[in-house]
Amino acid sequence: MKPDDFSFFSKWLKDRTGLVLGTDKMYLVESRLTPLLRKWNMGSFDSMVASLRKGDEAVMREVSDAMMTHESFFYRDIKPFELFRNTVLPRLLAARAAKRTLRIWSAACSTGQEPYTLAMILREEAAKLAGWKVEITATDIAREIIDRARAGMYTQFEVQRGLPIQMLMKYFKQQGDKWQISADIRGMVQFREFNLLQDPRTLGTFDVVFCRNVLIYFDQTTKGGVLNRIARAMEPDGFLYLGGAETVIGICDAFAPLPGERGVYGLVGKQGASAVPFKQAAIA
Amino acid sequence: MKTCLVVDDSKVIRMVARRILEGLNFSIAEAADGQKAVEACEKQMPDAVLLDWNMPVMSGIDFLRKLRTMRGGERPVVVFCTTENDMAHITEAIGAGANEYIMKPFDSDIIQAKFSQVGLL
Ligand SMILES: C[S@@+](CC[C@H](N)C(=O)[O-])C[C@H]1O[C@@H](n2cnc3c(N)ncnc32)[C@H](O)[C@@H]1O
Repeated sequence: MKPDDFSFFSKWLKDRTGLVLGTDKMYLVESRLTPLLRKWNMGSFDSMVASLRKGDEAVMREVSDAMMTHESFFYRDIKPFELFRNTVLPRLLAARAAKRTLRIWSAACSTGQEPYTLAMILREEAAKLAGWKVEITATDIAREIIDRARAGMYTQFEVQRGLPIQMLMKYFKQQGDKWQISADIRGMVQFREFNLLQDPRTLGTFDVVFCRNVLIYFDQTTKGGVLNRIARAMEPDGFLYLGGAETVIGICDAFAPLPGERGVYGLVGKQGASAVPFKQAAIA
Repeated sequence: MKTCLVVDDSKVIRMVARRILEGLNFSIAEAADGQKAVEACEKQMPDAVLLDWNMPVMSGIDFLRKLRTMRGGERPVVVFCTTENDMAHITEAIGAGANEYIMKPFDSDIIQAKFSQVGLL
């Protein structure tokens, strides 16, 4: 890729997705895009960049999808999901006892491991949720990835990184050399295409938002914008989960970390989850 | 330091597993079949067992059933590690008292994930 094509490409990618490339990332870009060159029978990156400059939507979509890292695991990092089950969920069940609705958003769901983990946990807690309306909305920018998530079909490798064997036995079916999550669990999750650079209020208001392992790819300004928009799409006492290497601190003051817990945040304010000591609240 | 008994009739697999588990701070003993594993457990009950299914002399599932009747044999955390990758085998293993189940091929990420799930890490 020529240097000025690379600069154009970096800016285009950041504007479209938020993804920031280092100046030394030419090799990364080329290795990710080479399969597309072959697929489209293009001789060089010149023609690909020319299509991007022209604004060819089909090309833009596949190119931006190809630049994303989609790695994900079931029960990623375990702890956040234990906390969800043991503390966040009981607290919300108490707070929403009158309304009996719960809305959860997996905001960069990749191939579906995160929303399906939440669905399995909720299924395990089904007794407490009888008569409740529970929605899990799962979104990602990459259309093809959303299709894979919806199919719920995983390789043997994918079902072994994080998924307890009891969960595999209970909620998966073997299909040839793949494992498919049950129709029941799939039915609990609504998948949609959504770009985090847009306003999420079109998706409604959420009690819990998982936005994990995606902010790491953005610069500070983009991170702040995404977090502020998420804040406006959350119930005042809702919970936000970020990835292990992510934080709100110094980026967005709408949120504060929950005392004593890592990776979970609440909105700032009188009703904000961050105002109530977490452990105490769980006992109360 | 926790101890793990690696039971597999393949020397190569035992070596690969040993390297991964030593990296996770386990002290390793090895056995090439179920019978030798029983003998090893009689001498010293390990904290964990990484267990192949198909082996000469005594299979992994027979070893597991025997282990769970031995004195102190309820204690080790048993993780199957086998090419048997169908639901029937998994169900049989868990029914016989296995704690986790790895389908080969495995790598260090999978071992690490499974061992932390059962509280060994
Ligand atoms: C590494 S995965 C994280 C998956 C999951 N949240 C987890 O923690 O395991 C990052 C995902 O973010 C998505 N993504 C990147 N930029 C995005 C954007 N602007 N809007 C929505 N999703 C985006 C990618 O397509 C990718 O699937």
